[in-house]
Amino acid sequence: MQPQSNRFFFNVDWITILIYVALCAIGFLNIYSVKFNPDKSEAFSFAAEYGKQLIFIITGLVLGLSILLLDAKFFSVFAPIIYGVTVLLLLAVLVVGRNVGGNQAWIAIGSFRLQPSEFAKFGTALLLARYISSFNPKLNTLRPVLIAAAIIGIPMCLIMLQPDAGSMLVFLSFMFPLYREGLSGYLLIIFWGLVTLFILNLFLSPFLLISSILMIGALFIYNNRKKQQKIINITIITIVAIGYLFVAKFLFNNVLQTHQRARIELILGLKTDNQGVGYNVRQSQIAIGAGQLTGRGWKEGTQTKLRYVPEQSTDFIFSTVGEEWGFVGCFVVIGLYVFMLLRILNIAERQKSTFSRVYGYSIACIIFFHVFINIGMAIGLMPVIGIPLPFISYGGSSLWSFTILLFIFLKLDSNRMGFI
Amino acid sequence: MDQLFNRKYIIQGLFVLIALILLGKLFYMQVVSDKYFLSANNNALRKIYTYPARGVILDRNNKVLAQNQPTYDLLVTPNQVKPFDTLSLCRIIGIDTIEFRKKFDKAVAQSRFQESIFQKLISIETYATLQEKMFNFRGFSVRKRTIRFYPDSIAAQFLGYMREVTPTDLEKYLGYYKPGDYIGKGGIEKKYEIDLRGTKGVTHMLFNSKNVAQGSYNNGKMDSAAIAGEQLITTIDSRIQKLGEELLAHKVGSIVALEPSTGEVLAFVSSPGYDPNKLVGNNFSANYSEITANPNRPFVVRPIQGGYSPGSAFKPLDALIALSEGVVDPNTTFNCPGYYVAGNRRFKCEHVDGPIALRKGIARSCNTYFYTIFAKLMTKNGGAYAKQQSTYEDWQNKVRKFGIGDTLGIDFPGEKAYKLFRRADYDKLHRGRYWGNTTIMSVAIGQGEINTTPLQMANIMAIIANRGFYLKPHVVKVIGNGKGIDPRFKEKHYAGIDARFYEPVIDGMQDAVNQSWGTAIESRLPNIIMCGKTGTVQNSRGKNHSVFIGFAPRDNPKIAIAVIVENGGYGGAYAAPIASFMAEKYLTDSLSGRTIHGSTIQMYKDANLLPTFLSKPFRPKTKTDSLLNKTDSLKKAMPVKNKNTNNAFNKVADKPKNNAASK
Repeated sequence: MQPQSNRFFFNVDWITILIYVALCAIGFLNIYSVKFNPDKSEAFSFAAEYGKQLIFIITGLVLGLSILLLDAKFFSVFAPIIYGVTVLLLLAVLVVGRNVGGNQAWIAIGSFRLQPSEFAKFGTALLLARYISSFNPKLNTLRPVLIAAAIIGIPMCLIMLQPDAGSMLVFLSFMFPLYREGLSGYLLIIFWGLVTLFILNLFLSPFLLISSILMIGALFIYNNRKKQQKIINITIITIVAIGYLFVAKFLFNNVLQTHQRARIELILGLKTDNQGVGYNVRQSQIAIGAGQLTGRGWKEGTQTKLRYVPEQSTDFIFSTVGEEWGFVGCFVVIGLYVFMLLRILNIAERQKSTFSRVYGYSIACIIFFHVFINIGMAIGLMPVIGIPLPFISYGGSSLWSFTILLFIFLKLDSNRMGFI
Repeated sequence: MDQLFNRKYIIQGLFVLIALILLGKLFYMQVVSDKYFLSANNNALRKIYTYPARGVILDRNNKVLAQNQPTYDLLVTPNQVKPFDTLSLCRIIGIDTIEFRKKFDKAVAQSRFQESIFQKLISIETYATLQEKMFNFRGFSVRKRTIRFYPDSIAAQFLGYMREVTPTDLEKYLGYYKPGDYIGKGGIEKKYEIDLRGTKGVTHMLFNSKNVAQGSYNNGKMDSAAIAGEQLITTIDSRIQKLGEELLAHKVGSIVALEPSTGEVLAFVSSPGYDPNKLVGNNFSANYSEITANPNRPFVVRPIQGGYSPGSAFKPLDALIALSEGVVDPNTTFNCPGYYVAGNRRFKCEHVDGPIALRKGIARSCNTYFYTIFAKLMTKNGGAYAKQQSTYEDWQNKVRKFGIGDTLGIDFPGEKAYKLFRRADYDKLHRGRYWGNTTIMSVAIGQGEINTTPLQMANIMAIIANRGFYLKPHVVKVIGNGKGIDPRFKEKHYAGIDARFYEPVIDGMQDAVNQSWGTAIESRLPNIIMCGKTGTVQNSRGKNHSVFIGFAPRDNPKIAIAVIVENGGYGGAYAAPIASFMAEKYLTDSLSGRTIHGSTIQMYKDANLLPTFLSKPFRPKTKTDSLLNKTDSLKKAMPVKNKNTNNAFNKVADKPKNNAASK
């Protein structure tokens, strides 16, 4: 057996921690490169972004290790309280928050700024896990789905009030753990169907869209012409779909803000604009493309170094990876993420406790959502919604919240033999 | 639960699928397409050019013909401009506030962040004033560059001029030039552009998104310094070039002087000329249009573009071929009754000389003599038309060896080739009808289907001076630090006539100048034996053109010369005296102050022979239309009713039908 002093780290999944450390290191190196100025050879500075990030990484590690020291039961027991605190913080930020870049998302504590929406993620994840593990609800019935939707929906609405669409959309990733726990696949299909219809609605003329929906409806009715109940259902679905088109159009034109509309239009290719909204994406694409196969080398990126890409160290940090490390570097980074996420899912599946499994799925999907959206927007596949790249982007709140998310799961896993 | 467990794979599959989509797009952007890579370099990497000094152009005695003078461009970077005293800047550079606004808006339209030219070519005086107040004008800066300066204001068409590159130039020179660069147009500046311009220096600078320079790229390993243009030593002698331009002032015409032993061009005068300094700096456009509008077309480079019948100047060449073919010897004598009979027509000679042989025939320029030897030449293989025509073909090939009928290949842009008729051309002209020596007899005296440039005329003189060969005329002696010229200019080209036949012909040319009965006595020089031949070219636009060709001294000739003064009358009236002044100046470096028939050199310079253009609008056609279409009338022998058929060569060639009696 392990010596007494190592008791707390017994059964901890070191491979995941290793990937975590590797990603943090990659983040640090790239942030250092962004801020590095070859003409001013200055001493290492803790006031610079890379210096601060180093502090964040070290404190993050300390935070993570101290989580490992806590009792695994703590999270399950205190899940409602933690959730409550994060909701209170989200409310507080609307009152006392600092407005940065149009979003009232920050609470200043001394010289550090806290972003409650980052912490709301694990609060929600904990409560969702607790709800499913405690009540073992049947997610193919309406009431549990509504309760789960409320747990997810409350922080979403509060974040939407800031307004921070990017962080809000992250909560959509909770659909996947719910799906794993029995949520009907149809619901997912209907949801993403609606999203698709929303997008097509912007592309195609209403006439074309309505007539194709009518034709598809007619086809289904013809196929089921013997079954009266189905005919009624299909008719209702068809009418609802057509009605949705108008609602969606109305939402898009009157509810979304101008810059959000512009970003969506841009990504769908409805507009080209290389200096306005499209500038960020265009410059990011140029930087990444300039990396070619093996990259320009660390600290050698001209696009990133010369400030062509805005939000270089935070939302668009991936463009630095792309330019300086090339396709090889991108492959390694994405590979590390995929490896980590698949490992988390596998670990989640080996848990005896439902709480641990649901929580594991939640964090895997949150991290996945971040990675997909962030890299997607850097290479022009996704609209620009400002969310950070986990473990790599500059920023304390983001790094800490991902660290806490991950290490809580590692703690739960190390305790998988026990019962919560 | 088993069923739900399978959902793990769906979620894992989704993760992997989306990761593959991201990697696919990345692979396309980074490895497959180089679009982004190129954009990145455009983004950040910019080349900054430094302009080298253009090569200086010297004459054969190292006197400067073209040099550089500093000038300044005022540049503006709109986003750096702070409110300032606009009026004061306007006053200094001499524009009004409306124009200021216009220029500034233009700069803004170009780029807010990048420098663009606000005012071009500011003089050094204005620059001095401007420099004192420059600190008031934030966002403005001054860039030095050089433009041409021609200290003697001579040889305008010879030197050419500089102007901004056109889009065509940009394509032609494969990216060396950038819009706004200057390039040599015309003359030496054009022909030797590559040598003169040098090589631009280039610095690769990195710029950030605010267009602020961030330092050099790759530690300057790809940078290069500007290399100054090569100096050119031309063959021109600026002393006689200047004299020639003065002598041809207020006249239309051309002077070409060659050094027979080398083929070097000593003088290259085209009149009317213009002050080359007019095509420099800010007044370029105005002066350029003014020069273009001049009905006497100063931009025509007459020495190589003007087409003139050689006229009597052709007679020595005719005699040489006759001698070498053996149809006459120097003593063969014909009778000149004052006319020549061909078929049933009679061609007048200007004088009645009675019995006349070669020497006097040349000195008197006797048409009867030359018609006779031409008839002998053409019928030497028999009088049948077919025989005569094949003999003509042989004969014109011999004429071609003197550099007629094609370009001479001078190192100067724009040389024109004037046609010498071949047998096939006459067949075509006469549309299958018979033709023989009497049909084409005008070529015997350098008329009709024969046109030459002044350079070719001078070159014929060089051949005679050399007793049988020439070197291709050229205008540049040395490029840069002793870099030689094209070796083709060192090759001797033989005219195919044995050297012994030249002396009798030269005797005649000597007499033309130096004997009282000669036609060119106006070109007689003290203590120097000049040999020459006059010509008088009739034309439809006014008085006859005055022509003289010759060389001096007789032994070991140093200069061969051709002078054409349009509307100057007899060859002896203007061309011969002008040639004598040129030769005298070149050979003795002084002018004796002699008078010719009582006229001083100043009177020749002052004489105004410019055609008067009344209200008749100027018709710009080809550059040389006024120069074609002339007939020798030295002895008023030609019964030419000179219908003015304009520029087309073939129309001109129609005329001999009037000149020579056809059967």
